[in-house]
Amino acid sequence: MTGSGFWSVARAVAWRNIHNFFSNPALAVPALLFPMFFFTAFAGGLSRVDQVPGFDYGAGYTTFVYGFVLLQASTFGGIFTGFSIARDFESGFSRRLLMAAPRHGGIIGGYWLAALTRAVFTVTVITVVALIAGLEIHGSGVDLVGLYALALLVNTAAMLFGTGIAMRLRTMQAAPAMQMPAFLLLFLAPVWVPYDLLTGWVQTTASVNPITLMLEAGRGFLAGDPTKVLPAFGVAALLASVTVLWARGGLRSAERAA
Amino acid sequence: MNRSTLALQVAVLARRSVVRTMRQPAMVIPSLVFPLLLLAINSSGLDSATRLPGFPTDSYLQFALAIPFVQGALFSANSAGTNVANDIESGFLNRLALTPLRRVALMMGQLAGILALGLIQAITFVVIGVAFGSGIAAGVAGALVIVALSLVISLGFGLIGAFVALRTGTGEAVQGVFPLFFAALFLSSMALPRNLIETDWFRTVATWNPVSYMLEAIRSLVITGWDGEALALGFACAGGLALVALLAASSALRTQMLRT
Repeated sequence: MTGSGFWSVARAVAWRNIHNFFSNPALAVPALLFPMFFFTAFAGGLSRVDQVPGFDYGAGYTTFVYGFVLLQASTFGGIFTGFSIARDFESGFSRRLLMAAPRHGGIIGGYWLAALTRAVFTVTVITVVALIAGLEIHGSGVDLVGLYALALLVNTAAMLFGTGIAMRLRTMQAAPAMQMPAFLLLFLAPVWVPYDLLTGWVQTTASVNPITLMLEAGRGFLAGDPTKVLPAFGVAALLASVTVLWARGGLRSAERAA
Repeated sequence: MNRSTLALQVAVLARRSVVRTMRQPAMVIPSLVFPLLLLAINSSGLDSATRLPGFPTDSYLQFALAIPFVQGALFSANSAGTNVANDIESGFLNRLALTPLRRVALMMGQLAGILALGLIQAITFVVIGVAFGSGIAAGVAGALVIVALSLVISLGFGLIGAFVALRTGTGEAVQGVFPLFFAALFLSSMALPRNLIETDWFRTVATWNPVSYMLEAIRSLVITGWDGEALALGFACAGGLALVALLAASSALRTQMLRT
């Protein structure tokens, strides 16, 4: 079996998933709507928070919030792809796919390409809205490459995490098991204020939350003051590696059940 | 049809509505857990906002305690709408239409489930808020008024959920409008007092948004004590919403029964 078998499966799966995403508003709209809600509510409703003593982020509150929403959109772009996989199992499509595909790894590859496409679309729309709303990017081109590369790594890890769950449980009822850990990790990070201004148990949790590192690195790129870049990429790459194994285990479980 | 028959019809349907709601942990538990989770995260994550000049309290927990009551009501809208949609999809409403049941009994019966869920939510949120150190400035009587207002808010949003279900006949449509309810909460004075919202358009939207006044009425009882104006506005907005939603849901029920 050659690599072309892998890519032909990946292309077909990706095309179908991307086509479904863009032709079904019930899939595309929530993916856009939720990050937009958060961006609007935080950047608009909380903008005065940057006047709190100790809030030391030079690029402004809209940019500070954009750093979070970018990561959120990337994460949920991956998680929502996990939902699509679960839906494909419920409809019986995945069972047929497992029987027909010459390289099963290509199935995960296809969903990964779809997740990246969905994330790029969502992030593009949110970035345009954020620019209109006053997003200030102080970082250079290289910083932006770092920012979006980090976002895509997070998207990949989230997609692989969702894939592992969807392929093991093979039902849409698994959605909360994909969504809740992602939601908790995201919101137990310095979402509204810098880490130093967090208090109580949220600060303790944020100190060991890997999302904190990525959020701070992302905001550093936006402010033109890269910070914690290597640890952030290291943790993101580690998460992606671990979730690759998790997704492969899920695929094996699905193969046994098919 | 006499009053005792109507009361019996309401009682039977109310019992069914309450039992059905309480037997669905997937409806009850998230409506308690998610608002409390958000409260826990917000109160720690945004505590530094209390250092802003003009912030009404030095505890963000006290400020944010109003949010779960409205957020819980949004879950009531979802569960009420889903229950009504299930009745339509399963044909239960069709079978009821063949009986001498009065529409008002059906509507009042459906509301019982919303109110029971709303009562559990309100008591839970008050108890947990107080247990974690948020005093209620208006005292025990104030806590009772919070519960009463919370029930009116649950009723209002629950009736909107029922209206959507009766109008469309599907649970998917109810799920589809759920994000709009959240938009109403997010575009309000949820996170900061209106006078501290810096962005002009956001402050304008929050000022026109009735959810702001519901939050501010509860907040006034928690933070400042008895504030007649805030309470009047809060009850007027919640009651007005409930009344409009009741009229709309009644009209949709009439249409739905005629189709049957």
